[in-house]
Amino acid sequence: MKPEHFSERKVDVDGWQVNLTTYQLGDKWHTTADNVSPGASLARIVADTREDAENRALARAKELLGRTKRRT
Amino acid sequence: MSASYAHPEVLVDTEWVASHAHDPNVRVVEVDVDTKAYDEGHVPGAIAWAWNTQLCDTVVRDILPKAQFDDLMTQSGIGNNTTVVLYGDNNNWFAAWALWQMKVYGHKDVRIMDGGRKKWLAEGRDLETTATRATPSATPYRASDPDLSLRAFLPQVQQAHKAGSAVMIDVRSPQEFSGEILAPPGLPETCQRGGHIPGARSVPWGKACNDDGTFKSRDQLQQLYAAEGVNAAKPVIAYCRIGERSSHTWFVLKYLLGVNNVMNYDGSWTEWGNLVGAPVEKGAAKSAGQA
Repeated sequence: MKPEHFSERKVDVDGWQVNLTTYQLGDKWHTTADNVSPGASLARIVADTREDAENRALARAKELLGRTKRRT
Repeated sequence: MSASYAHPEVLVDTEWVASHAHDPNVRVVEVDVDTKAYDEGHVPGAIAWAWNTQLCDTVVRDILPKAQFDDLMTQSGIGNNTTVVLYGDNNNWFAAWALWQMKVYGHKDVRIMDGGRKKWLAEGRDLETTATRATPSATPYRASDPDLSLRAFLPQVQQAHKAGSAVMIDVRSPQEFSGEILAPPGLPETCQRGGHIPGARSVPWGKACNDDGTFKSRDQLQQLYAAEGVNAAKPVIAYCRIGERSSHTWFVLKYLLGVNNVMNYDGSWTEWGNLVGAPVEKGAAKSAGQA
């Protein structure tokens, strides 16, 4: 199988930059959410639609990023 | 593509991998930050190594002991003369970690697929979704004794810090460097104190990569690191949080720029930032040229 419709974009999630990568493989959509700096993985979702995969990945990223304490 | 690098033989492009993945003398290995990535689809014929169970000692905090390294290679169908090509997610973070360990144990021909998993996907290349089962090598692998010139331990780092005898490159994010956060956003905090080793220069690892995940040109890399004091005059010690991002920078300095004396401090901030009494500096990076 070949991945199709590969896309990548940066999204602001509560002040954190998140990199959202999505592609289609067969009849499933795969999305990963990584924090832009340093690049660590936050979420990996497989869903039937692009929208569902991205929304769920962002929700999981938001949950994890909400646990990060800033010490300013 | 890579002709201008100091050691161009350590990089291959996706096209090379596509045409050599089933070569019996080549073993392609995916090493990801997110160990589930391989299962979604991988380079046909590639096997996977999990960084958190197969590329470390799971009892003592350490790299793989030599006997376990030998066994991993043998079980992976890798002989001492096999060409190993590593690739992974996040612009080859843990692929570089695996390469560093393979070089510590003296493997001659190990390379990185430039651009990693991301570039392979973006190019719409074939993916295989069933795991590849490697046939173990008939001849057991025999690693060399570890080359400790590639690895910095705490006493060396402390000595270098006191004497100012090495350039320390902190490759974490600016917010980790400054002490604003203790771990990458969204990940568990794994140290007691935030900040950086006093005098360290901040060069986040990702600055070495283009948007498509490939490495920047030699000229661009030279400019990036020279501005932070990297030259032939002093040894370089790269560190991050647990040693994997810094192995990426170590690879860039050692093989793409040809810096001879560069070490990966894999104890990194989870060691230094937890030490009682260790000096810590907080605050944002000073601009290039400032002491």
